[in-house]
Amino acid sequence: MRIAFTLNGQPTTLDADPDMPLLWALRDLLRLTGTKYGCGIAQCGACTVHLDGFAARSCSLPVSAVEGSEVITIEGLSGTIAEAVQTAWREIDVPQCGYCQSGQIMSAVALLHDTPKPTDEDIDFGMHGNICRCATYVRIRQAIHNAAAKLGG
Amino acid sequence: MTTNAPPQASRRHLLKGLGAGLMIATWLPGLARPQSGAAAAPAQPSSDPTVFAPNAFIRIAPDDTVTVLIKHIEFGQGPFTGLATLVAEELDADWSQMRAEHAPSDVAAYANLLFGVQGTGGSTAMANSYIQMRKAGAAARAMLVEAAAEAWDVPVEEITVQAGQVRHAPSGKTSGFGALADRAAQQTAPEEPVLKDPSQFVLIGTDRPKLDTVAKTDGSAQFTLDLIRDDMLTVAVRHPPRFGGKPASVDATATLAIPGVVTVHTLSSGVAVYAENTYAAFTGRDALSVTWDDSAAETRSSEELFAAYNQAVARPGLPATVRGDAEGTLAADGVRTLETVYEFPYLAHAPMEPLDAVLARRGDRVDAWLGSQLPTVDQNVIAGNLGLDPAQVLVHTMLAGGSFGRRAQPDSGFAAEAAGALRALGGDATIKLVWSREDDLRGGRYRPLTVHRLRGAIDASGTITAWDQTIATQSILAGSPFDMMIQDGIDSTSVEGARDLPYAIPNFRVTVHNMQAGVPVLWWRSVGHTHTAHATEAFLDELFALVGTDPVAGRRALLGDAHPRHRAVLERVAEIADWGGPVPNGRARGIALHKSFNSYVAEIAEVSEGPDGEPKVHKVWCAIDCGVPVNPNIIRAQIEGGVGYGLGHALYAELTLEDGGTVAQGNFDTYRSLRITEMPAIEVAIVDSREAPTGVGEPGTPPIVPAVANAWRTLTGRSVRRLPFLNNVARNA
Repeated sequence: MRIAFTLNGQPTTLDADPDMPLLWALRDLLRLTGTKYGCGIAQCGACTVHLDGFAARSCSLPVSAVEGSEVITIEGLSGTIAEAVQTAWREIDVPQCGYCQSGQIMSAVALLHDTPKPTDEDIDFGMHGNICRCATYVRIRQAIHNAAAKLGG
Repeated sequence: MTTNAPPQASRRHLLKGLGAGLMIATWLPGLARPQSGAAAAPAQPSSDPTVFAPNAFIRIAPDDTVTVLIKHIEFGQGPFTGLATLVAEELDADWSQMRAEHAPSDVAAYANLLFGVQGTGGSTAMANSYIQMRKAGAAARAMLVEAAAEAWDVPVEEITVQAGQVRHAPSGKTSGFGALADRAAQQTAPEEPVLKDPSQFVLIGTDRPKLDTVAKTDGSAQFTLDLIRDDMLTVAVRHPPRFGGKPASVDATATLAIPGVVTVHTLSSGVAVYAENTYAAFTGRDALSVTWDDSAAETRSSEELFAAYNQAVARPGLPATVRGDAEGTLAADGVRTLETVYEFPYLAHAPMEPLDAVLARRGDRVDAWLGSQLPTVDQNVIAGNLGLDPAQVLVHTMLAGGSFGRRAQPDSGFAAEAAGALRALGGDATIKLVWSREDDLRGGRYRPLTVHRLRGAIDASGTITAWDQTIATQSILAGSPFDMMIQDGIDSTSVEGARDLPYAIPNFRVTVHNMQAGVPVLWWRSVGHTHTAHATEAFLDELFALVGTDPVAGRRALLGDAHPRHRAVLERVAEIADWGGPVPNGRARGIALHKSFNSYVAEIAEVSEGPDGEPKVHKVWCAIDCGVPVNPNIIRAQIEGGVGYGLGHALYAELTLEDGGTVAQGNFDTYRSLRITEMPAIEVAIVDSREAPTGVGEPGTPPIVPAVANAWRTLTGRSVRRLPFLNNVARNA
């Protein structure tokens, strides 16, 4: 099946099994490997992308479902919120193994887009779906607060 | 000498000796691309003759970048940064010029000095590299200084090096490292380079972000799963549902009809589906129809195993430590006694990146890319499975998405499966073996299911006079290539942290039963300490509670003056948490103290009971003495992570064998992981020490479980007998 969508700002067409999860289409067919596999059942958030501006779990989204949509992956992340988040992540050295961090950052950017000055409860709500087995959560929380402060939220 | 020097190795790569204990000569590979950097500049390939390679660990390029070849795998615990810091310190480099990448498989050059093979584990990366990497940096510095003296025709003694600049003050001449590289390569490496006195340290002891952080915030960090080759087939393996099962018959008709599936082969470990992409491999695997031969499989349930282990601990096992007469003291008149059993389930490591490997065969040469924690063993096992000499296999260690011990298999079972999948294709081929989360959680290599029985006696004065601990667990080392480390039937990984309890208890006995089960077991972040710390520190608090002894004062008294480093972290954590001070309503605190991997850690946890009846851990205070704190930022991060890892499993996680021996849990919906909502605030105090550095990757994990359990018992009156806590909540709430 031929699927047309916008990927990181570029018109993209794919010939793929319509049931193939977006995750594997991105990684195996389009070779954008920043988006990670962690569970395949939308439990861990390692595969988080932005679908029409909202955080979505690409492991559980058939590629056919993104026809006509706009998809942003970690490779295509841009803008002031993204910059503030990535800078905050680097300044307080959030990542350990780093494998989940693409997904964490995608969720954090989506959170700050909707909630410029999140409380701890907002962060719990926005980041609860992203597992970090290295347990970098203390720094993830702090980095989100720092990014919000830098953005003037 | 290296056994895999390629024909193009140039004179510059046949290197100079660094003295006893260090490598003599090696080949520095040009294959790996740089895996980290403080800036984005690409490192020069080592075949470039302008690169100065003073030894196996350092490459200095004309653009002044210094790339350190890291002999330990980076999976978040920080060796890229830590080992590069040691080199930069003695080289007097500027931190901004430092890069790091994994060393290739070469045991002659890159052995863990504590293991004798190339490998990472036991929190030894810093401990075994501390002098070695500093010497490597100091030797390179000496050669650069000699080169400058020669180039400028000035005395060596008048040259200084600071922040990457070589300087001759009298003449005003200065140079970066890169411009001196060619001439430095002609110098003789000093046999015993002079190391700095710790008072001269500029970088060691200070915070800095990790070298690999930037690439881990923009999706560019390359993990094994991210490797794609044009001719590559992705492989998924259907594994037997019971440990020890084997494929009996396979019907692959439906699988082969799926677009993208290329072929199917039966391996010794399961049935392999080869496909053009991961989705086809996974769906093809789901479509297989396999019958299994379970004649040699483990079919007992966890409950049956717990029953057998509980039966075993009713009597003493093989003696690990015996002091005085514990049995007699427990039976004496006039003592109060307490007896408790603690039960620990199987646990999976569940690293975020499930196991994976890329293997490429070209003629009689095989390249293997994987998150290899034991490259020497992986290299040998892959070679053996393919009928090759180890010299024909090159292991490229990749950044790995966590491990927690999972990627260090004594028998390299995963590498063997990958090699088997490559062999089944025959001839030249490239495969990527990908495990799903279900493969990971049902794939065994668990923290062993374990039962501890403890008995204690307290005399009329409230002093603990006897301690008798019996452990039933499965040996991790038995049957592995490390079998010879078992002495008198005692696998130290079964009893570590129990047999060496620091407390002055006159009548003391620890014994162990080596249980047999068909479930493959493995070291899991902090190994035996994962259960011994809980059993000892929770039981100690139960004894204190019998007679009203304060947990901090009681521990201090039992330590006496014999264990000053234990005592220092105990007192430090009590101080930063204001132990004995006010605690918010509805909360309680617990403390635990445990030494592991030669580091001393004390933790205090503040806990309440959540609305769902689950423990809620609000804050953890930690004091650690890990010798010279090379990078306090990484030490704090490892404590944060170690606490979170221990806490999440203790509260929520277990792998359960159901009736018939199948594993109940298969993904994070049932193998519950700690989430951000459940992470406590953490405050870490690092003891300022001049002792040689020791581990930080694992020692934060053991004390958190008993610290929370001790708080929970104070809060609720309920002891935690079987982990995870949720079992107790369900039973008691």
